[in-house]
Amino acid sequence: MTPMTPLLETRALAIGYRRRGKSDVRLGHDLKLRLQRGKLVGLLGPNGIGKSTLLRTLAGVQKPLAGQVLIAGKDIVNLKPGELARRLSMVLTALPPPMLMTGYGLVALGRHPHTDWLGRMTPDDHRKVAAALRAVKGEELAEQPAAELSDGQRQKLLIARALAQESEIMLLDEPTAYLDLPRRIETMSLLKRLARSQQRAILVSTHDLDLALRACDNLWLMSAAGITAGAPEDLALDGSLSATFRADGIRFDQQRGGFFLDPPGGRAVHVAGHGEDIAWMRRALSRAGFTPNEGLGRVLVSRAQNGSEPIWKLRIDESVTKHRTIEALLNTLESQQE
Amino acid sequence: MSQLADKPALRGADLRGDWTRARHSLTAQAGRYLSRWTGVGGREFVGARPLLLIVLLFALALLLLLSLALGSASIPPEQILTILLGGEADHLSWTNIVLKFRLPKTATAALAGMALGVSGLLMQTYFRNPLAEPFVLGVSSGASLGVALILLTSGAVGGALLAGLGLAGDLLLTAAAGVGAALTMTLVLLVAVRIRNSVTLLILGLMFGYFVGALVSLLLYFALPERIQAYINWTFGSFSGVTSAQLPILAGFVIAGLLLAAALVKPLNGLLLGEDYARSLGINLKRARIGIVLATALLVSAVTAFCGPIAFIGIAVPHLSRGLLGSSDHRLLLPGACLAGACVALAAAIIAELPGNNLVLPLNVVTAFLGAPVVMLVLLRQARGKL
Repeated sequence: MTPMTPLLETRALAIGYRRRGKSDVRLGHDLKLRLQRGKLVGLLGPNGIGKSTLLRTLAGVQKPLAGQVLIAGKDIVNLKPGELARRLSMVLTALPPPMLMTGYGLVALGRHPHTDWLGRMTPDDHRKVAAALRAVKGEELAEQPAAELSDGQRQKLLIARALAQESEIMLLDEPTAYLDLPRRIETMSLLKRLARSQQRAILVSTHDLDLALRACDNLWLMSAAGITAGAPEDLALDGSLSATFRADGIRFDQQRGGFFLDPPGGRAVHVAGHGEDIAWMRRALSRAGFTPNEGLGRVLVSRAQNGSEPIWKLRIDESVTKHRTIEALLNTLESQQE
Repeated sequence: MSQLADKPALRGADLRGDWTRARHSLTAQAGRYLSRWTGVGGREFVGARPLLLIVLLFALALLLLLSLALGSASIPPEQILTILLGGEADHLSWTNIVLKFRLPKTATAALAGMALGVSGLLMQTYFRNPLAEPFVLGVSSGASLGVALILLTSGAVGGALLAGLGLAGDLLLTAAAGVGAALTMTLVLLVAVRIRNSVTLLILGLMFGYFVGALVSLLLYFALPERIQAYINWTFGSFSGVTSAQLPILAGFVIAGLLLAAALVKPLNGLLLGEDYARSLGINLKRARIGIVLATALLVSAVTAFCGPIAFIGIAVPHLSRGLLGSSDHRLLLPGACLAGACVALAAAIIAELPGNNLVLPLNVVTAFLGAPVVMLVLLRQARGKL
């Protein structure tokens, strides 16, 4: 197979739900999507737009309203469940695993499509489970009861379970939900690494825009109008990103690459200097409703040294106050606002 | 296994610690043998106690022997073995008692226990609900409606036949229960083929049970008191009603159901993480669902027809076998539920007859009365953090 042949492809796909006696609920139509080997693709879109429906349809769990999903050129409707499972694996928002199941047992479930009718594991199967555990750095979880793991640990094992399934295509439904920030970054970089090193096609739905912008090779932006696909940077520049998540009072900042509350148009405060300290001060000022400006002005904040201790200087007209913390400076600024 | 023995709580030079260590190393050893034998790698069974399958096997043999030996006439175990091997016992009456009465009863108890234990396991796994039991599909409700129709309305049809509940009456009851169970089973299967959602199936089964229960209550309300007594006697359950001639029918159903269940271990393990995951593991959900419902229906309808609605074993034995074996893997749980079910049923049958006494307690009283505390104990031990 040449590298450019997509592992998964859709043709004129329409997704949604059929309702008895009523018209269908159509969540997307005429979708032409492609998943390439070695790429991590992020699926982004507001709540309720149909991200999970799309994943379920791509995985063959749910029938499309129209069109086809092709895996390696074959319509998934014609693939047997076992064959499909060897080509495509899923990580879903999981039910808690049962009592009395170890982490190893959880990951070993991924070998199901490859084992005999009793599910007996060969030494080769065990090697692959061990390799999957190693890939997510979850070896130490192997002997722990799966029901007692933290959300992050469980997510790791569920990803390992999908890896053990050895499918070229992996679909993940919000794998970073419920995780703290370091775990989210860890998970996304793990997925990126797996896509590269094992040449898999990975599609991950997420609400973590910032992380998706940094980690994904491609984004699928899902909105009522359809799906816009492209490299994250292109989508940011052509305005697709801000269009997808448009909402009152929220604005996509092209400069900073993230969503921010609309500026309340507060009083201008000039901040002198640059560097890490200054960047955080700017953030604090805009959070508190001021508009931080460069250069010099009537109200000026600067960083100074008081002996060995750094301090913040606030000058309003001619009066200068010194503050040890950003909080103290903001309090002073706010008290003098009126 | 070894890491369990190293837990500080279990460390120490006291006898109990040594015993625990010995037990765990034995278990580990057995695990290795089992893994070589089944091709299942030892690591999957970390924390599990497969050795207990062998213990259960010994317990079952002992209980089988006890069930044959104990009763209104006490027969020494070596005489039992002689009789079973076709030899001459010291008294001819002993041969009669063992072969005509105790053997069918013992076999019935063992088969019914296996059937209820395994079908309970199937239901709990399929519905992902620890409260599920073999009767949730409504099969036993169908059987009880059949029995109630015969017992409570036969006054108009030919009550004299059933007045004393002779042999013919027993046969008629079995047939009625069987027809009721079979009709329900067909109904449930038809629903299972169409319905995709396990929860819907569960609720439909429960609703069917309530509906039929209401019909039975209605019949009871208008029935004569002695008929009501006969019906209540049936609901107590009994292993003694099966003759040697009927035994092959019961055995056929139960063995067919157990074989079908054995073929389902892989889908059952796949279902542990829920239906969506099972599907993504390549399991044909529709086939698995029909298999599970069919196996349960075969097992439960035969047992209910011949023994009445035997409560408790079906819900308790799966928990017991999980607690004992320390695993959620059906390759261990299925034989475990089979053996534990037979043991519990035999023990209940022995106790119900109160050896050395002519009093016979209702079977359903004994199973729950003695079984519930045992299951509680096992579950509490498990909750204390022993994997």
